[in-house]
Amino acid sequence: SSSRDTALGFPWITSHGNNQNPSSSPPDSRAEVYSINTSSWLRLAWRDVAPWVAVVGLEIHAQISSNSKLFSGSQVQFAAPPNSLVSFFDASLPGTLPALNRRCVEAAVMTGLALNCSINKKSLFDRKHYFYADLPAGYQITQQRLPVAVNGSLSYSLCVGGKKNQMVTRTVRIKQIQLEQDSGKSLHDDTRSQTLIDLNRAGIGLMEVVMEPDMSSGEEAAAAVRELQLVLQTLGSSQAIMAEGQLRVDANVSVHHLGEALGVRTEVKNINSARFLARAIDYEIQRQIKELENGGTVINETRAFDYKLGCTIPMRDKEGKQDYRFMPEPNLPPLILYDTKSLPANMNHQQVVNIDWIRERLPDLPSVRRVKLVEQYGILPEHSFTLLNEDGLMEFFENVVRQTQMNPKKVIGWILNDMLGYLKQHNLTVQESPVSSLFLADLLNLLERGTISSSAAKQVSLFWTYL
Amino acid sequence: MLRVSLREISAALKEGRVSPTELCQRCLSFIKATKFLNAYITVAEETALKQAEESEERYRRGQILGDLDGIPVAVKDNFSTAGIETTCASNMLKGYIPPYNATVVKKLLDQGAVLLGKTNLDEFAMGSGSTDGIFGPVRNPWSYSKQYREKSVQNSHTENEDSNWLVTGGSSGGSAAAVSSFTCFAALGSDTGGSTRNPAAHCGVVGLKPTYGLISRHGLIPLVNSMDVAGILTRCVDDAAIVLGVLAGHDPKDSTTVQDPFKPFELTSFIDASKLCIGIPKEYHAPGLSSETVALWSKAADLFENAGAKVIEVSLPHTRYSIICYHVLCTAEVASNMARFDGLEYGHRSSMDKSTEVMYAATRREGFNDVVRGRILSGNYFLLKQNYETYFVKAQKVRRLIANDFVNVFRSGIDVLLTPTTLSDTIPYVEFIKEDNRTRSAQDDIFTQAANMAGLPAITVPTALSEKGLPIGLQFIGRAFQEQQLLTVAKWFEKQVEFPMIQLHGLMDHGHTVCQHQKSAFFS
Repeated sequence: SSSRDTALGFPWITSHGNNQNPSSSPPDSRAEVYSINTSSWLRLAWRDVAPWVAVVGLEIHAQISSNSKLFSGSQVQFAAPPNSLVSFFDASLPGTLPALNRRCVEAAVMTGLALNCSINKKSLFDRKHYFYADLPAGYQITQQRLPVAVNGSLSYSLCVGGKKNQMVTRTVRIKQIQLEQDSGKSLHDDTRSQTLIDLNRAGIGLMEVVMEPDMSSGEEAAAAVRELQLVLQTLGSSQAIMAEGQLRVDANVSVHHLGEALGVRTEVKNINSARFLARAIDYEIQRQIKELENGGTVINETRAFDYKLGCTIPMRDKEGKQDYRFMPEPNLPPLILYDTKSLPANMNHQQVVNIDWIRERLPDLPSVRRVKLVEQYGILPEHSFTLLNEDGLMEFFENVVRQTQMNPKKVIGWILNDMLGYLKQHNLTVQESPVSSLFLADLLNLLERGTISSSAAKQVSLFWTYL
Repeated sequence: MLRVSLREISAALKEGRVSPTELCQRCLSFIKATKFLNAYITVAEETALKQAEESEERYRRGQILGDLDGIPVAVKDNFSTAGIETTCASNMLKGYIPPYNATVVKKLLDQGAVLLGKTNLDEFAMGSGSTDGIFGPVRNPWSYSKQYREKSVQNSHTENEDSNWLVTGGSSGGSAAAVSSFTCFAALGSDTGGSTRNPAAHCGVVGLKPTYGLISRHGLIPLVNSMDVAGILTRCVDDAAIVLGVLAGHDPKDSTTVQDPFKPFELTSFIDASKLCIGIPKEYHAPGLSSETVALWSKAADLFENAGAKVIEVSLPHTRYSIICYHVLCTAEVASNMARFDGLEYGHRSSMDKSTEVMYAATRREGFNDVVRGRILSGNYFLLKQNYETYFVKAQKVRRLIANDFVNVFRSGIDVLLTPTTLSDTIPYVEFIKEDNRTRSAQDDIFTQAANMAGLPAITVPTALSEKGLPIGLQFIGRAFQEQQLLTVAKWFEKQVEFPMIQLHGLMDHGHTVCQHQKSAFFS
C-alpha cells in the first residue's frame, strides 16, 4: 500500500520480530530490498539510503467494568444524564476522602495475570497535579512510583505478505499496569464561549496498560490493541468498547534510520476509534519521515488525530512541559495484596485480595480458546482469529456445527465467507444477523445430504437480503 | 451552672436538675454576651434549640443516647457540617454550606449532643494565633479575667484596657475561647502542628491531640493529610476522655483510620506513681522558653518524682530539624490540598471569566489570604521535579528519624514525656502581629509539632498562672494508641496542680463596653 513508501520511494522496515531493538539489529532477509543505480549510490550517504524504522509504543487506558468508581461509591454508567453520577468525593468537596474499590483492584490483578505480569504485592498511590476544568481536585490519583503490575507480555497476530495470507505472531512487552482515576468530560460550547463540564466520568477506575515500543507500524499497534481488547472482554475486567470511551489509546511514535539512535518521539493522544488507530499512527510515521527528509526536525510534542482531515495536528500546549509535582497520596495506605503463602491465618477472606485465588479463576484467554478451536474443529489458525475477532461469531459457528452433519472444516467457509461477508457488506453485527444458526445449519444439512446443490445453496444465501 | 464540667452537667441533666433546652438557651445567651471574644463564626441557634428539644424528649422518655445527650458543644469551622455554613475563615468558602457531616460531627450528633455553632480560626487553620481569618481575630477570655486584670493594674498596662486584649493562640482559638468562656462544654479543634494544644494552653483548658489514625478525618477540611487530627478541647481531662470515647474508632470512609476496635475507657483517679517513668527531653530546653515555664516544668517533674515516679532526662536528637522538616512537608501537602479550590464546583468564583485559566487565577487570588498563597507557592516549589528529592523526600526521611527518636525513647522504658506546650503565656494582639504568620508559627509550634510528625497522642493540661495571671500549660506525649495511659497520667497531674478557674465576673457589664470598641476594631 502507498502508506508504506517514503517520499523518496524507499520502503521502511517492518518489525524484525520479538523484543529486538531496531536500531541495533542488522537487516534480515525479511527486510524489503530496494534497488538503486550505482552512480546514485556513490553520491548518496548511508543516511539518504538507509531505510526508515518506525518505533511505536502505546499507553492504553481501559475503563474498569465495575458498579462503582475507583475511590467512591457513585455508580458507573454510560450515557447517564450529566452530573447525575457524582458523589461528594467526585466533586472534590472539601473534607472528602478516597476509599479504594476492591473490585477495581481485582480487575487490575486479573488483567496483570492475563498479561503475564508480575503482580506487585505492595503498590502505592500518588497524586499527579495539573489544573483542568474536568479534574475537580486539581490532581489525579494514579500509581506513578510503584504500580500494581509490571513486566508482562502480550502476543498478537497479524497477516503479512503481499496477499495478506501469511499469519505471523508478534509479542509486545507490557511495561506496567497502573490503577488511576478517569477525568470528567469537557464539552466546548463555542457559540456561548463556555465550557460545559460533566463529572459522571470523573473518578471511574482506569487501568493504564503501557506497551513498550516494540511495534513498528499502525497495523501492528492495531493488532496488539485488538488482542488486548479481547483479553479484557474475556476477563470481564473492562468491556473495552472504544466507541463508548472505555478504551482509549495514546501512541508514542518516532522514526530513525536503521542502525542509528532512536528519534525524537511525539505522542498522538486519545485515539478513540479502532478504525482510525492504524491510520493515525501510520500518518504520524509518514509525517515524521517527510519532515526529516526535508531537513526539518521532529519536536517532542503532543498531537491529536483529526478524523475528518485524516492527519495529526499539534495540541495547544500553552505551558510547555508540564511538571506534575507528583506526591504520594497521603489518604491511601500502600495497597497490599496477598497470595496463599503470605496470607495471614486470621485474615478475613473478604477483606483481602488473594492473587492465587484470582489466578485459579481466570477464564480461558483468547489465545487458549483459539488453540482449542483449531484442535477441536480442525480449522486453520487464521480462521480461529477471525472467529474470535467478531463478537459472537465463535458462538454462532459452534451452534451451527452442533446442529449440522457437515464437517466443521467446511462449515467454517460458509461462516467466514458467506455469512461474515454478508454482515460486513450490510454493516451488521452477528447479533443483528437475519440468519439464525438454525437456519444456516438446516441449509448446510440439505447441502450435505445432496438435497440441494452447492450453487443452489449459494443462491439461497443471496436471498438472505430479503429476509 | 455553665462553669461545671461535662461530666457534672451530664449528671445534672440525668437527674433532671436542668433541662436540655434550658441549658442550650443559657449557652446561647452567654454566647451573645461574649460576642466580643469573636469565638464563633456561625451560631446555629435554630438547629441547636431543635436538637435540645429532641434531647429533652429523650430524657423525658428515659431513652437517652449517652453521656453527651443534651450537652452543648462547638465545632471548629473547618469541619464539614451539613446545612451549616462552613467557611474555614476564608473568602474561598464564604457561603459554602456542605451537604454532609464530618464523621466526628455525626458521631456527636448521634450521641445527642447539641451543636451550638462553628468556631473561629486562622484561615484554613494556618496560623498560631487565630488572628488571620476573614472574620477577624479571636480574643482570649483571660484578657477579661479578674486574675489578669488585677495583675495588669499592678503592672500599669491599662491606658486602654480594651486595645490590649490577648490572643488565644491557634489555630483552634475559637474553640479554645468557647470552652474557656463557658459557652459550651466541649469543642472540636484540629491539630496539625499544635493547633489544638497551643490555644488550649493559652486559654487555660485541656487540649487533646489523639493518635493519628484513631479518629476519622472524613469531613475535616485538610491542611496536612498525613498529620491532621481532630482535637478535643474541654475544661478537664475526664471530659476529654468522654468525648474521645464517642469519637474514636475505625471509619470506612477514612482509609487512614486503624481497623482495631476502640474500647472507650473511664479514667481512674489514682495512679501508682512508682510504676511510672516520665521522660524529660533535653532538647526541649529551647531558646525563647520563658523562665516561668521552665520553672513550672521543673516543678512538675519534681511532683512526679516526689510521688515515687522515675523521672529521667531523655534525648530526642533530631528535634532541631523538626521545624524545617515540618514546613517542607506541610507546605507541600497544603499546595496539593488547595488545588481543588478553583471556583468551579463550590465556594467563591471570581467574576473574571475570560477563560478558565483567568477564572482559576482570579478566584484563587481573591479567595485565599497571603498566608495560604504563600504556603501554596512554597509547597509547589518543593514538589517540582527538580526539587522533589532534595526537599520532599529528604524531609520525609528526616520525619522518619524524628518518629524513631520517640520509638527509641518509649522502647527504653519511658511511659510518657513531659514538656512545655508553649514558650510562654500568651501576649497581647498588638505584640503578636509584630511578627508575620510564618515566623510566629515557626516559633510557637516548637514543642507541639513533633507529636504530629510522629503521629503520637499528646495532651496539654493547664498547670498554673504566670506572673501576669495568665495560664501556662504543660504537655504530655504518650505512646501511639495508649490514650488511656496518657490521660490517666494527665488526670492525676491535673488533680495535683489544682489550676484555678477563670474568673469572668462582670463579664456582662464589660461586654457592653467592649461592644462599642469592637465596632472600630473589626469593622473599619
